This record gives sequence, C-alpha cells and structure tokens, in this order.
Amino acid sequence: MSIAATNAPIGQSERRTKAKRLVTGRGRYTDDVTARRVLHAAFLTNPFAHARILSIETEEAAGLPGVERVFTGPDIADACNGWTGNHDLFPKLDSPQQYPLAVDVARWQGEGVAMVVAETRAIAEDAAALIDVTWEELPAVADPVANLEPGATVLHPGKSDNLALELRLGTDAVDAAFERSTLVLEESFRFGRHTGVPLETRAILAEFDPSEQRLVIHQSHQAPHQQQELFARLLDLDEQNVRIVCPDVGGAFGIKLQFSGDEAAVAVAARILGRPVKFVADRLESFTSDIHARDHQVSARMGFAVDGKITALEVDDIYAIGPYSIYPRASIMEGNHVMQLTAASYTVPAFRGRSRIVYQNKGLMGHYRAVGQPLGCAIGEVLLDRAARKLGVDPVEIRRQNYADLSAGPVTSSAGVALEGLVLHECLDTLVERMDLPELRAEQTRLRSQGRYRGIGIAGFIEQTGPGPNYYGKGGIPVSAQDGCVVRLEPSGKARVFSGATDQGQGADTAAAQVVAAALGIQADDVRVTLGDSEVCPYGGGAFASRGTSIGVEVAWRAGRRLRSQILELAGALLQCDAEALDLRDGQVIELATSQARFSLEDVARIGHFRPYELPEGFQPMMSAVEHYVPRDKPTVVGNGIQGSYLEVDVETGIVSLLNHWVVPDCGFVINPLLLDEQIRGGVVQGIGGALFEELVYDDQGQLLTATMADYLTPMAAEIPDIDVTRIEKPMGDKTLGAKGVGEAGTAGAVGAVLCAINDALVPLGAGIAQTPCTPARILTAIEQARNE
Amino acid sequence: MDDVFDITLTVNGRRVSRRVPVRQHLTDFLREELGLTSCHVGCEHGVCGACTVRVDGAATRGCLTLAVQADGAVVETLEGLSESGEIVDLQAAFVDRNALQCGYCTPGMLITAAEMLDAKQPMSRADIRTFLSGNYCRCTGYQAIVDAVETTLTARLAEQEPSA
Ligand code: FES
Ligand code: FES
Repeated sequence: MSIAATNAPIGQSERRTKAKRLVTGRGRYTDDVTARRVLHAAFLTNPFAHARILSIETEEAAGLPGVERVFTGPDIADACNGWTGNHDLFPKLDSPQQYPLAVDVARWQGEGVAMVVAETRAIAEDAAALIDVTWEELPAVADPVANLEPGATVLHPGKSDNLALELRLGTDAVDAAFERSTLVLEESFRFGRHTGVPLETRAILAEFDPSEQRLVIHQSHQAPHQQQELFARLLDLDEQNVRIVCPDVGGAFGIKLQFSGDEAAVAVAARILGRPVKFVADRLESFTSDIHARDHQVSARMGFAVDGKITALEVDDIYAIGPYSIYPRASIMEGNHVMQLTAASYTVPAFRGRSRIVYQNKGLMGHYRAVGQPLGCAIGEVLLDRAARKLGVDPVEIRRQNYADLSAGPVTSSAGVALEGLVLHECLDTLVERMDLPELRAEQTRLRSQGRYRGIGIAGFIEQTGPGPNYYGKGGIPVSAQDGCVVRLEPSGKARVFSGATDQGQGADTAAAQVVAAALGIQADDVRVTLGDSEVCPYGGGAFASRGTSIGVEVAWRAGRRLRSQILELAGALLQCDAEALDLRDGQVIELATSQARFSLEDVARIGHFRPYELPEGFQPMMSAVEHYVPRDKPTVVGNGIQGSYLEVDVETGIVSLLNHWVVPDCGFVINPLLLDEQIRGGVVQGIGGALFEELVYDDQGQLLTATMADYLTPMAAEIPDIDVTRIEKPMGDKTLGAKGVGEAGTAGAVGAVLCAINDALVPLGAGIAQTPCTPARILTAIEQARNE
Repeated sequence: MDDVFDITLTVNGRRVSRRVPVRQHLTDFLREELGLTSCHVGCEHGVCGACTVRVDGAATRGCLTLAVQADGAVVETLEGLSESGEIVDLQAAFVDRNALQCGYCTPGMLITAAEMLDAKQPMSRADIRTFLSGNYCRCTGYQAIVDAVETTLTARLAEQEPSA
C-alpha cells in the first residue's frame, strides 16, 4: 500500500462540512432532539459529602400535578445491575459495587439519591424539592494524605484503609544512584482537581419500546458502542436491540467517555414507564458529578551529576480519586501517567515510582484530556530547570544533553515507556528558533532591571496515544481499541462513509472524508461521513486518547483503498483489462499507460448498481468495502512535542499575564493542517486553564466550593495569547498512513511550560511554586515565603 | 400551578404570541416554545454566553432574561440572522478559519461578534479578545475566532472606506 503523501485532498486544509451547518444555528445536540410524550428527569442529590439515607419520603413529590413517577435508589437498583470500576490487570483494586442512585449511603456531594420524572423539567425540579430525606451525616474522607494515616476514618465499611490501589514501578537501585549524585532536588508538587467543562453539559434522551425490548438512546457521548454494550449488560437487554446515537456533541474532552449513574437511571425510568425520558445536567450537576481529574500530590526527587546529566528519579504520587473507581475504565491511568511520563524523554539511569490511589468523598475521577501526561511533564521540566540553575547549565543545554539517545533505534525508558521514532532534538531546536530565545532572554534581563518579572518556560512532553487492545482488553473492560469503517459507492460516483470513530468537533469526519476522497480520486465534498450511531456504524472505540487520527482515519483510508480496488476490478472487467492498469483520478477511471479517461466513476457506479448485465458473466460488482483496524504491534503510539511560554508576573498582585506561547508538536503524517493546529491550540488553552485558573475546591467537609462558572474559572479570550504552532511532520512507518493524534498534545505540555515560566520569573525573588493552579494568592504566598526565609 | 403571563413579541421578524410561565427564561422560551435551538444553555447563570441572543438590537443573555421581559421586544436568534444573511461574511470566516469545533459556543459568539462589527470601529486583536470575553469557548482556544472576527472587521471597514 503506497502512502499517498501527494494524494490530494490529504494534507490540505479542507473546511469542515459540519462547521457550515453549525454556524447557521443548525446544530442538533442531544437536548435539541425531541420525542413525543417525552418526560423530563430531575434529581435530588446528596447535599453532604458522606451520609446515610435513613428514610426517603416521596409522597408529596409524587402527588404534584405533572409528576409521573418518583424513583428512589432502591427502585432503580431493582431494575439495573450494579457495576464496579475494577480492572483485571490490577486485581488488588476492589472498588465497591455501585448503582445508578445511592442505595443506602451517599458518598459524594451531588450523588443522585432520588429521581423525579415529570411532564416538564420545571415540575420535576419542583417535585424533587418536595422529597424529604432523613440523613445521618457521616464523617467525610476529604484529605488524601491524612486519610492514608493509620487510624484515619475509613470510607468503605469492611475495608481496612482508604487505599484503593498502590502502583509501583522501577527499582530500589535508585537509592544508591541518589547517593552518588552531585545534586539531588526534591519538591512536593500539588496539582489541583479540575474538570473538562464541556460547554454542552451531559445529556441523554432514552426511549424504550417494550414490544421489541428495544432501547434507543440519544446521548452526548464520545463512545456509542461502549455505551451500547454497557446499557445492554446493565439492563439485561440484547445488545442488538440497544442503539446509541450521539448527535452533535458540544465538547467532551473525556468527560463524556464515562458511564454515569444519573444517565443509567434515566434509561431505567424510560424502560419502566415505556415513555421517552430526557435529562440534561445543569451546570451544578456537571461540576459535582461529571468526572474530575488531576488532584495529585507528588513528592519528586531528581538526582544530577555535576554536568547536569540526570542520575536518578523518584516519583511518589498520591492520587485522590472519588469514593469509587470510575466505571468502566477505572481510575488508574492518571497515576500511571504521572509515574511513567515524568522526565520520560530523558535518559534516567535509575528510577522508582509509586502511586497511591486513595478513596475520597468527592467526585469520581476519570479520563480528562491528556490524563496524567501534563503532570508528568510539569514535574520533570520544573526540576530540570532548577538543576540547570543550580549547576549553571543552560536550560536548553540540560535538556539536549539528557534526551534519550534514539540514534541506535528504539529504547525503553526506565519507567517502561517505549521511545521510538521521536523527534526530540528537532522539536527543541525548532522551538528555540521560533521563540528567538536569545532575544527573549535579553528582553527579560532588560525588564528585570526595571522591576518587571518576566519568565520563560520550556516544556517537552511525551504522549502515549492511540492505544491498542492491551490495556482495556486484558483489563476485562469492554472498550474497543479497533475501529471499523464502511465505504459505499453511490450511483452518482460519490461516496458515503460509516465509521466507528466519533467526532466532537475535532474534524474526525472531515479527515475521514479526505482520505477516502484521496483513495477514490474524488473531492472531500463528494464524501459524506456518518459517525456516532452504534446501530449503523461499524463497531469502534469512538474518541479517546487521541485515537481518531491514528486509528479512525487509518481505517477509513484502508476501507477507501479496498473500495478503490473493487472499483478498479469492476472497471477492468468492463474494459477487459487488468485492474492494475487503471487508476482513479478526478472522478474518472484512467488508463495508466495513456493517462486517458475511460469512464467516469459515475458511469462505473451506475453500471455496478443498475446495469450489471453489462459486466462479464458471473462478475459480482462489490459496491461497498469494509475494513477494521487495530494497532497490534505497539501498546500505544508514543509521540513527543515541546512548548514554550513567555509571561510576566506582577509581583504586587500575583497576577500572571501570558505574553506568548509556542508549540512544536511531532505530528507524524499530517492529514489536515487547519484542523491539527486548532486541536493543538484548544488543547493548550485547556492546559493553561489547569495551570492558572481551574480548580474544584473542596472544603475539609467534602463540600465543593466552586460549583458555578463564576467560581470555577475557565480561560476567556482576553487572558489567552496567540499561540504559535510549528508542526514537525514525520510519518511513523510504512505500514500505515503514519498520522499521529494531537488532540491531547496541547494540554500535555502547556501546564509544564507555564509552570516553568512562572518559576523562571520568580528566580530573582528566590521564590518558586510547585502547585497548580498558580493563582495570584499562591504566587504571593510563594513570594512572601521567600522573603521570610 | 405556574403563574403565567401573555406575551407578544417579534422573533426573527415574525410576531409571536404565547402564554408563558412567569419563571421561564428567554432561552427556554425560544428553545421549547419556538424550537429555536441555536440558543444554547451552558450555565444558566449568566457567565458563559452560550445563550446570547439579540433583544432590541443588543446582544443579551437569554438565561438572565425572563420570557415575560421580552414582551413587546424584537428578538433575533442565529436562525434569524442566518436567514437574513446579515452575517454571512462572518459565518464564512468562521468556517474558513475553523473558528469552531463543537460549535456549541458559536451562535452566542457570532451574535456578540456581530454587535462588535456593527460598531464599525477599528479594533486591535486585544480589543477583540476583550470584547469576546463574555463568551466562553472550551474547544478552540479562541485564536481562530479572533482571526475570523478580525478578518471580517477588516473587510467591512475596507468596504465602507469612502472612495476618493
Ligand atoms: S447559559 Fe446564559 S450565560 Fe451561560
Ligand atoms: S467550539 Fe466548542 S465551545 Fe466553542
């Protein structure tokens, strides 16, 4: 299979068809989908972090005109199997059984306790307020460090402590390596809890037809086939009778990759009532019950030789999850990423890592964009900068000299990441050039003499994307690592694509159209792509871990190529020549030898569909093609990239002004530069959000204090600088198109770059900060502390 | 049960009369009563701007406006602006620049940007960013949006330049 490097429209900045629809207000998100006799759900949620439900009085609520039914936790649990967020590769994780609503004890603030289903959402909310619960408040487990101490309150009855799971990597040889080091730096990092805040909240419309035992769900979700499997399993339905449709999705970022109790309860209600039921989370429900991410306290130690070479690394992470490990993907990966991806691009001769995953009476922890990758990046890069300062080595030089040596082929990092085909030096060199680093340093020095504190940060990152089947498959988790794709030739000579990938605005549909168009020699606009329907699309994994390009586009390319072969077979049969002697270009069947057009693609298609009698006896025209693709040779696609940040810290107010931001991502083979750059930029800004603004603050009683968008700050246009993206393009290999996903690359490096830059700005004050978000208050505290030391 | 009130208003050029619950906000009214689903709900507390519509010519947060307050008003949504072709240049610039991903913020963003463009004043990129700061976008990182608005502004200003 030849890689169509010059095969237009691959590599071109095709505009998105869907964008044309969305800018005219014709988006169709889940709440825009209606059904006759639809009912609306509202929830009564747990007001405490941890409380026992002594009794629930629902009579008054049920009596409110317009209320169809009030369900309590046990009512729903009777009609839905429970689940556990466990993972077979980590048998020690023994997360307790969960049901859609709390059954006897509610374990986080915002957990659903009862559900009202009514004619309107307003009535349902009115009725929910009439439900009377007698609570017994229980002690909140809300401090991950203290709650690991012996004698701490234990969250789950029957367990001896709050430790959900302990992960370990590396060896004790690290101790001796530290002893031999010239310099050992130690820092305690804290990464605030935050979440994805998709602008469209989670939403579901469930319809059940008892005559066919058929459940049809419209849901704002990233993985319809996963949901089909889970709803079938939990509601004891036949999987072929469950259909999940994901219409336009208003942002997802991993938040809409999970299975939520409130959404399960809605499906159960639709089944019991035999009427459609809709639920759209409000923003408060989103903050309390969407998955959260980060919330790590990491003690990191890094040893160096006198020349700045890394000698040893230890990463000791405490990862505060919710009261349960999240279903179905488990709350593990982020701890793993923190260990594995700290200083992952460097040669680290000795390494030891530990991540202790701790239950908390707080929201559940899942897989928000880039998972733990930004944390690993930030830890390694901040420590490297400090070492450079202490040892008097240039910060660029210290990175260059520590980069893993891949000249002799792939190497495996001491934390177990297979580094292959990375472009570490090229990214760094390009970044230094784009930033015009010497000039920037000169400006920084000039302004410092005027009492202005500017900082420059550089952060390289390693990403693990486009995973193969090992992690979830072997974990017993029904998440598909493969995507299927069908390409169908229409009589007009245009094509349709149906794929198991999904799109939430990244442009997975456009990219698929481009590669299929290239395979068939037509225009991207000639290809219509249907995604996000578990019934009509071939089975696939949907969107997660930046897999859309490396897997979803790859399979579309393969299916397009297969259909191309079939069309050429057909044309060859018509022309009585070898298919090899023909090509598809510009909507025509071309004879290679003469470059003459022999038929239009439309002619061939019409013969195939309507006049097959013109073909030789017995020839069966094949007008669609299907392919499936799963990466089998590597556990993940490992990619790299680097980011730079230039900012100013106002040392009086602690406010950070971002001045410039640069990204140099390794993109493999580029399908669509326009889409790629904007994926990067969007990702960077989410990373900046985590670095500077976003935090879910809980008090020591497990009460969420930042549950509105006025309290939980996400980046606005004015605070964000223009972001310079310089792509490094290097295809991965010759077996595939070689495209790499970049959906998370922006997020992965932004936190580290900003944190490094703030620390750089604070150097003259002798201050440093190792906590995100770097709020003005925290920066002022750091400055104050340095002053007092 | 619900207190109700009769309102008459003009929506996208058409006169509309309805009996509405007094507690219903304008966004729910437009979405539920009139099926104008370009008005989105992002926060329902006045922060995100996803619900932005035009009321009597001004970009207004639908979630902070009660439907009854719109009695007698002229309301325009993105459906209306698309039908009239008023911002066809801005819409084209958004598509061209990929200034939207999920598109959920887009209707509000376009209506806010249209208000800025109507002022026909030269604006720096920083000015544009400040003007758009009441409209959150979680996907794009804003730069493409600023580019699209800037391009449209530049073109419109060039157009109105008096020919010598
Ligand atoms: S929904 Fe009105 S401002 Fe967010
Ligand atoms: S495009 Fe998704 S919120 Fe702006």
